[in-house]
Amino acid sequence: MALPISYNLRNLRQRPGATVMTGLGIALTVTTALFIMMLLVGLRQAFLSTGEPLNLLVMRKGSETELSSVVTRGEALRLQNLAGVATGAGGRPLASGEIALAIVLPRPNGVEVNVSVRGLSAAGREMRPSVRLVAGRWFRSGQREVAVSTVVARRFAHAQLGDELAFGKGAWRVVGIFDAAGTAYASEIWANVDQVAADFDRPVYSVELLRARDLAARERLLRRVGEDQSLALEARPEPDYYANQTRSGIGIEILGTLVAIIMAVGASFAAMNTMYAAVAQRGREIATLRILGFSRASILASFVFESVVLALAGGVVGILMMLPFIGVSAGTFNALTFSEMVFTMQLTPALAAGALLFAVVMGALGGAAPAWQAARQEILAGLRD
Amino acid sequence: MTLAQFAVKNALRNPRRSLLTVLSVGVSLLLLTFLISLWRGFFQVPQAPAAVLRILSRHRVGLTAMLPSYYRDKMAALPGVVAVTSMDWVGGRYLNDNPENQFGQLAADPDTVFTVYTDWTVDPEQLRAWQRDRTGVAVQRLLAERMGWKLGDRIYLQAKTWPADFDLRVRAIFDAPSEWQVLLLSDQYFTESVPAMKDRVGIVALRVASEPQVAQVSQAIDAMFRNAPAPTLSQSEKAFQLYFMAMMGNVKEFIVGIAAAVVFTILLVTGNTMAMAVRERTREVALLKTLGFTRRAILGLFLGEGITLALLGGVLGTLGARLLLLGLSASSWGFYFHHMRVTGVEIGWGLAVAALVGAASTALPSARAARLDIIAGLRHMG
Repeated sequence: MALPISYNLRNLRQRPGATVMTGLGIALTVTTALFIMMLLVGLRQAFLSTGEPLNLLVMRKGSETELSSVVTRGEALRLQNLAGVATGAGGRPLASGEIALAIVLPRPNGVEVNVSVRGLSAAGREMRPSVRLVAGRWFRSGQREVAVSTVVARRFAHAQLGDELAFGKGAWRVVGIFDAAGTAYASEIWANVDQVAADFDRPVYSVELLRARDLAARERLLRRVGEDQSLALEARPEPDYYANQTRSGIGIEILGTLVAIIMAVGASFAAMNTMYAAVAQRGREIATLRILGFSRASILASFVFESVVLALAGGVVGILMMLPFIGVSAGTFNALTFSEMVFTMQLTPALAAGALLFAVVMGALGGAAPAWQAARQEILAGLRD
Repeated sequence: MTLAQFAVKNALRNPRRSLLTVLSVGVSLLLLTFLISLWRGFFQVPQAPAAVLRILSRHRVGLTAMLPSYYRDKMAALPGVVAVTSMDWVGGRYLNDNPENQFGQLAADPDTVFTVYTDWTVDPEQLRAWQRDRTGVAVQRLLAERMGWKLGDRIYLQAKTWPADFDLRVRAIFDAPSEWQVLLLSDQYFTESVPAMKDRVGIVALRVASEPQVAQVSQAIDAMFRNAPAPTLSQSEKAFQLYFMAMMGNVKEFIVGIAAAVVFTILLVTGNTMAMAVRERTREVALLKTLGFTRRAILGLFLGEGITLALLGGVLGTLGARLLLLGLSASSWGFYFHHMRVTGVEIGWGLAVAALVGAASTALPSARAARLDIIAGLRHMG
């Protein structure tokens, strides 16, 4: 026969100081682990949500990043006239020769960091429907004008509407601010590709972005570009390119896992301490329960359960403490764009469930040995306590 | 029996609880020491005396924009400049993209690189061998040991950053501080293989005669190229490192946040243990008081016990962190931890935090014990 749950709950209330302290210890552990995992999920989310399935990114063969890729204007022209490329307004092909750069800009506090600049054409904007203008207007060709993401506007100095950013051969006026809906574009500055080419003396594009008419056409284009020996280029679906960049979070992942494991071990020891104290205090009570007919197994289960309940409460508190962090933006270095990648922290249901499970494991680990001791205790010795 | 002995005896009275507390504090301090080491590795890189005299000059727009290589000669002519060399980022793929095969690769000028980096040492015979062989490379000793390379070994780098493969031979193994775990290949071979980099360089490194000249020469360089097609940004080596650190994003805040959580956890754990200990010994404390022990002595007794437990955990944790880091450095992930160290400084910090937190968390329970009313205490039921 199992002991009623209310027995455990009352026991926890009996020693409020120890319960709260142990619970808080577990809560903090969960908070720390969750904090790091929320960063990681946010980073992954940003990369995984970037790219349209029908868009193809064409880069130099062997090149891993847009930065080190070169596509000549001649090659770009050939690419956009391939069969299967979709057409947009006015019948022109949906294709955009683009230049990707990393430039240095000051933060509001004066510290200089790298930021990505993308030179693109009107078609390039059309091919990225997730990016919406929220203030001002788009840049015009032939003008030294840029549009910046809401994130860049916030994180860098002189990046507000009407401000001037100094890079390339002079000042660029910020004429628009766009919202990139949490995608990787949120870390970028956009400008007209020909103006960027002139400013940086770059007669060639970095990449060519193509829109396939449909999925079948996409597969044909992928093969067509890859097999063309005269091009030495390679095409990949745009989402794949960004999904590949999730590994820029590996540093956070290693650090996070290490921290979570170490803290969990520490918190388990603390829980063990509390539960041992509980068992020691209740020697007579446990013996009485045994006389009443509760089996060793049910006493074991009851104490493990008590520890798990305590940990679970700690886990819930830990999750609650992290709620205000949802949507907070953070930045990390992306080796592939050689600039800062900005993303927002995310709490998914799976992550919350994982955090609770983490707490339960800590509680079970901490409760197992004391519960075992309670169950094995001799009845007579217990009564004499 | 002295008071200290009494405190030790008390701490050992419930050995299991003390052990669990020590272990718990130890594990937390292991993590804290690890974080301190990470922090110092990132933000307090020791400056070699030679590094103070070095200037790094890059394109103002960023590291991905290149400078014309004739800049090097113009910079060399400036007063105060003793030696000049240039470097390019190579970024090829060695075997595969696995973390254990990641290391820095730079194209350098074999004739001048060691005249600027005077704190790097190389056998003159090996240096000549590298200078003679266009496809030769010089490898930093720690890197060579990690990869198991010896003189004469063949290294093949596949195209990644640049569209060219490099077939290389180890000609020299040089000694340099551990943050420089790099492979240097001859810039002549590099520019021949990568036509786009002909007459262009990524970074110019200079050595000046005295420390005050670092700022002077940096300003002179930037002034010289202010209106040139490629304006420069020249910085001391330290400032250059800080620029890299700034790109790491919010790492600083993360480390502080986690460390705060860890310290607070220790506080809770030790506090909880000491509260239990005090409660258990209520009657005993009252007895001590009747025997004439002052409040102060009782306060000291419990504080001593708490600090002892925390310090024991501290010793365990800091030494554990040292072992953990030694293990990690030897593993295939070693590259990511090469800048981290647990030395006397980190251990000292760890122990100081342990003692402080031990004292802070015990303060409340010990104060309660010291203030205890004798009659109520004697009547207390366990």
